Amino acid sequence: MTRLKNLSRKMLPWIFLAPLIVMIILFWVTPVGITIFLSFTNVTYKNFVKFVHGIEGAFNYTLENFNKLLGGDPYIREIAMITLLYVGSVLSINAFYSLALSIAIVYFIRNEYLSTLMRVIWLLPRITPAVVYGFLWIWLIAPDSGPLYQLFAAMGIAPQNWLLERPYSQFLMIVVNGYVGASFGMIIYTSAIKSIPEDLIRAAKVDGASDFQIAKSIILPLLKWPMLFVISWQTLSLIASYEQILILWGSYGATRAAGTTVFAIYAWFKAFEMGEYAYGATVSLLLVAIGVVLIFLYFKIFGFHKLMQPSKIEV
Amino acid sequence: MVSVKLNKVSKYFGKVKAVDEVTLYIKDGEFVTLLGPSGCGKTTTLLMIAGIYKPTRGRIYFDDIDVTDIPPKDRNVGMVFQSYALYPHMTVYNNIAFPLKLKKLPKNEIDRKVREVARLLKIDHLLDRKPSQLSGGQQQRVALARALVKEPDVLLLDEPLSNLDALLRVYMRAELKRLQKTLGITAIYVTHDQIEALSMSDRIVVMNEGRIQQIGTPDEIYSKPANTFVASFIGTPPMNLIPCRVTSGKALECPGFKYVFEDEIAEKILKEHNEIYLGIRPEDVLITSKEDSDTEAVILVVEPIGKDLVVTLQLGDEQTIKFLTPSSTKMNPGDKVYLKFRRDRIHLFDKETGRRMEYIIKVGEKE
Ligand SMILES: Nc1ncnc2c1ncn2[C@@H]1O[C@H](COP(=O)(O)OP(=O)(O)O)[C@@H](O)[C@H]1O
Ligand SMILES: [Mg+2]
Repeated sequence: MTRLKNLSRKMLPWIFLAPLIVMIILFWVTPVGITIFLSFTNVTYKNFVKFVHGIEGAFNYTLENFNKLLGGDPYIREIAMITLLYVGSVLSINAFYSLALSIAIVYFIRNEYLSTLMRVIWLLPRITPAVVYGFLWIWLIAPDSGPLYQLFAAMGIAPQNWLLERPYSQFLMIVVNGYVGASFGMIIYTSAIKSIPEDLIRAAKVDGASDFQIAKSIILPLLKWPMLFVISWQTLSLIASYEQILILWGSYGATRAAGTTVFAIYAWFKAFEMGEYAYGATVSLLLVAIGVVLIFLYFKIFGFHKLMQPSKIEV
Repeated sequence: MVSVKLNKVSKYFGKVKAVDEVTLYIKDGEFVTLLGPSGCGKTTTLLMIAGIYKPTRGRIYFDDIDVTDIPPKDRNVGMVFQSYALYPHMTVYNNIAFPLKLKKLPKNEIDRKVREVARLLKIDHLLDRKPSQLSGGQQQRVALARALVKEPDVLLLDEPLSNLDALLRVYMRAELKRLQKTLGITAIYVTHDQIEALSMSDRIVVMNEGRIQQIGTPDEIYSKPANTFVASFIGTPPMNLIPCRVTSGKALECPGFKYVFEDEIAEKILKEHNEIYLGIRPEDVLITSKEDSDTEAVILVVEPIGKDLVVTLQLGDEQTIKFLTPSSTKMNPGDKVYLKFRRDRIHLFDKETGRRMEYIIKVGEKE
């Protein structure tokens, strides 16, 4: 009887974990396995059908894709630079600008309606379906008819092709993704800021601190962990994100012209637009590798325990 | 050091009148306590004096200067919060130094002042620690040091002792009082603990539901409570309030007994009232012989509290009262006792308004 009880006690956590484990195997381990496998082959649209049907001799094993990625592909350098620009700029909006905004909303904007309005404005893109959000931007910047285009024209600024002309196109990429991603940081930050006891802020005011000094000397140091969490989380998700770029530019040619080809979209186009399945897999494998390295790095810096408690503030 | 004046100060949070028309004058160097139950508006009052809250109505003055619109950083007040509110990411040293750094004092002067106040409060050995490494009593001293280091004109203390254990609390009461007198600083102290208020204050301000109930010295508050709220809030156990009806002239019809005043003044005062409370403190109820007694009562409960017994008695059918007697007295539940109320310690309150009637004062003057 007791043995049965012990056994079931040992089994219980696994029963709870089972769905998650199945999910991880189905949606992470399997695709990563297939990606690794594909990247060592020469599968393209030419031999894809035979490959899928398992016909003998349909493909070869090769290291060609890695050679290409690490030297042969002339665009890799530029794509790396664009990815860096993209991740760096959007991250600074998502992690730092959203922090400034959160502090302002929670503490310094004393008008209840104004701060609620600001919250809603920043949350809107998150609750709008991605396609709708993307098309809103396309409409906004549309040549001739778009409101932004007309606004600039009215202000006497020479109309630009925002979609295709650098650096406007890259600026657009950053703004579109920054706007949609800022709410994540804001939600983490506002809850963290709210967990700072009100008395600390009052004490600082009585001690003679200005609003800016309170933000700098009290709030920021107490938000160290939430900030590190947001930065690491956002870096990981930005490296792999491409949906807005896909919606706005739609094709490899467009992103090439606009200078918005990040690694994630490059892998997508290679595989699904140009049919270079094996090479596309290799590019995305690079992203998986970067992601895994970063995760280990973050765990090492923060400690697993602390990373698992994102909104904890140091009190 | 300054005097502090509140002129009809109110603070509303939406419909909640947290503080309602508070008018108060605190002399330079005085130790004044705001005393009242939780939620009566004590903290809100302090925060308005500190400049954290702006009054909904009314003005606040330091000496003759209207500070109502001056932000906290320009008021030179020191405040100790109930939660201490120490900055968790700073060492004790940096916590105390924070107000001075904001004043941009030279480094060596900051250092000298921090060490001086740390020595004064006997925390100089803790300067390198973080607040989380301190006991409650130590944290409280650090909070006090941080409030004092900038040599404030006014020191505000919001229930600073309520998180300490009983022994330390008694010690810190004396210590705080001594410190305040030595420094000659104007202090406004908030507490819900009447013992603290009675033992430390020059004057006490009793508050309830945002309004001032009475302002007076500890003795005045205790011996001449201005209304039934103050009477039943002060004293352990608090004053007995026995509902009586004024019958003919100077006679009262009380639960289980009749009470007749002997003097003329009583008659004059009672004339204008119908229903009143007869108030008598537990220590002013005496056991006596049948002939000399005002009433008889039955013992219900006997609770020893050290050197005394608190005895709950039944008067008439429904009324109970408490009285204090030395613990050597024999008191058995169910026994009948004869009671006498000390004549010069009887308080009268109008039942409708709860307000004190002038009876006691007149008697006191005659004696
Ligand atoms: N920031 C606030 N917002 C709304 N109501 C408040 C706020 N601060 C205090 N109150 C209300 O005002 C009343 C007085 O509060 P407070 O001054 O903290 O009382 P005390 O310090 O005497 O316990 C309470 O009813 C409280 O709920
Ligand atoms: Mg309070």
